[in-house]
Amino acid sequence: MEVIIAAILTIITAATPLLFAALGELVTEKSGVLNLGIEGMMIMGAIIGFFTVHHTDSVFIAIIASMIAGALMAAIFALLVLKFHASQVPTGLALTIFGIGLSALIGQSMIGVAYTGIPKIAIPIVSSIPVIGEIFFKQDALVYLSLFMVFVVMWFLNKTRAGLILRAVGDSHDAAHAMGYSVIKIRFLAILFGGAMAGVGGAYLSLAYSPLWVEGMTAGRGWIALALVVFASWRAGRVLMGAYLFGGISILQLHAQALGIGIPSQIMSMLPYLATILVLVIISRDKSKIKLNSPASLGKPFHTSR
Amino acid sequence: MQSNLFPRLVKRQTPSKAMIYLSPLLAIFLTLSASVILFLIMGVSPLAALHAFFIEPLSTIYGLTELAVKATPLILIGVALSLGFRAGVWNIGAEGQLILGGIFGGATALFFYEKTGFYIVPLILLAGVIGGLLWAAIVAFLRTKFNANEILTSLMLSYVAVLLLNLLVHGPLKDPDGFNFPESRLFSDSALLPILYDGTRLHIGAIIAILAVGLGWILLSRTLLGYQIKVTGDAPAAGEHAGFSHSKIIWTTLLLSGGIAGLAGAIEVSGPIGQLLPTISPGYGFTAIIVAYVGRLHPVGVLFAALLLALTYLGGETAQIKLNLPIAVTGVFQGLLLFFLLASDVLIHYRVQLGFKQRKKQGVTV
Repeated sequence: MEVIIAAILTIITAATPLLFAALGELVTEKSGVLNLGIEGMMIMGAIIGFFTVHHTDSVFIAIIASMIAGALMAAIFALLVLKFHASQVPTGLALTIFGIGLSALIGQSMIGVAYTGIPKIAIPIVSSIPVIGEIFFKQDALVYLSLFMVFVVMWFLNKTRAGLILRAVGDSHDAAHAMGYSVIKIRFLAILFGGAMAGVGGAYLSLAYSPLWVEGMTAGRGWIALALVVFASWRAGRVLMGAYLFGGISILQLHAQALGIGIPSQIMSMLPYLATILVLVIISRDKSKIKLNSPASLGKPFHTSR
Repeated sequence: MQSNLFPRLVKRQTPSKAMIYLSPLLAIFLTLSASVILFLIMGVSPLAALHAFFIEPLSTIYGLTELAVKATPLILIGVALSLGFRAGVWNIGAEGQLILGGIFGGATALFFYEKTGFYIVPLILLAGVIGGLLWAAIVAFLRTKFNANEILTSLMLSYVAVLLLNLLVHGPLKDPDGFNFPESRLFSDSALLPILYDGTRLHIGAIIAILAVGLGWILLSRTLLGYQIKVTGDAPAAGEHAGFSHSKIIWTTLLLSGGIAGLAGAIEVSGPIGQLLPTISPGYGFTAIIVAYVGRLHPVGVLFAALLLALTYLGGETAQIKLNLPIAVTGVFQGLLLFFLLASDVLIHYRVQLGFKQRKKQGVTV
């Protein structure tokens, strides 16, 4: 039982950063923008979050700072893509390269610095229920926030007017523009939201998952989050499922070693990447299904004047 | 809606040829300006830092040969990637293909350990090509057969490649007399690339890279394949209409860029490195993406862009030694350069018009 609880707890910590980042990218993509810079935004969130908590001792300020860091990174992307008509694929790549470099630069003074990790919040009464209490009601604030955000995104996209407009912009920017909506403004906000979510996802790695700062510590999670959005067919509920599935795969490594299975650790570390490829293959096989679910204007540039 | 005092962008009738070439220069200028601010924030004299970064490495013969050593993989991969990018095939995983080339080439070198023969080096290079080719073939297969996005698969395979190399140097390819360090044996002399200039690390890979520029140019401007690549990238519908097979283009560009990245990997391990280590590239495969763009996706442009980005690596090392600057500055430079380039490229298709002028000339604003 102890082992199972421990495994589930690790799955949750491994899934949370993916969940944040993928939910953010989901909203960005729903507005018709493909931001390949998640990795760069995440790693900036990771270092800024860690840097802030080290200097202020406040988890709250650190989380806000990581969101701002992610959003600022996203703002660079938004500026280039929306105002300078730069194409989305190379701009996203540039954001990743820049973020990895800048975070390493900022992180110089943070290498080897210890941090206890963000505190767990035990919800009174229910947290004392055996097993269930341990798993569901004794988590840190960010785990609760990530799950809460699933419902917020779901509600926003499906039940609000603003969400409907955002989806309209993503499905046909010309029609949305003709109806008088500001495509640029809506996309800008969607990109910023994606950045803030990636930022806090990254902060979860440095504040809770590790918790410490290591150069390049996101290790491709931003890209896995990107794949998760495809895997989830652009639906928030399925993003939740996907993130926990991947969290499960990435912790196999830890527990396989604990159980003394003699597979080299490098092979186990390959699993999340191989699983991402496998999932992509399974999902993408059906071209028409992808076409049906993905926002129709995804990745296409928008020009008001022609 | 918008204040007329702000400059605004007006679409050009035809793309500006001049801006295609001026844009990288503008981007370099902006990157240097931004880096001055960056150095000031870091409390380093910008002049000293820029000197260490861009002047000092070029002031000695050894520095120049090192520049060529670092530019070699960037030129090779940059040329190969620009062919794919032109066709809209996004091979982002050149780093992984390079590593596989390094593994295949390195394993070949170790297989011929303490043997001599003129055939060893060509075999190593051939093995490198095969390694990179196979790694890219997975991407091409998944893309054409299952429609799996090549950006994600090639990138995921890069992470797998890093782990694979790590596994091999910790295990089967580890030096038996190496006190358990995760390194292979040092390759024997017959498995090392011939040196062009005694006392430096300049090797024949540099010549191969120059050849690649020439071949890439010929391929792009003089062959049917080059034409198909250009058409498929510029107007996919026209390409399809002309009967160009899209999956053939995907296969060709991926195998080509994978094979060349693999060659670059083999050149690295049997050239400047001389053995297999857990890390055999400081991210050449990713930097080559920037090289391809700064070089305007043209082989000759790539040559110059590769020299520039090789200089950021070399300068980063110099600045680390002389000024104690973190090596990460190189990555920031590279990222900034690509940002500014993408921003400057807007001037290819648009021109800047100041608000008050526009009010007079144009009645209609959209």
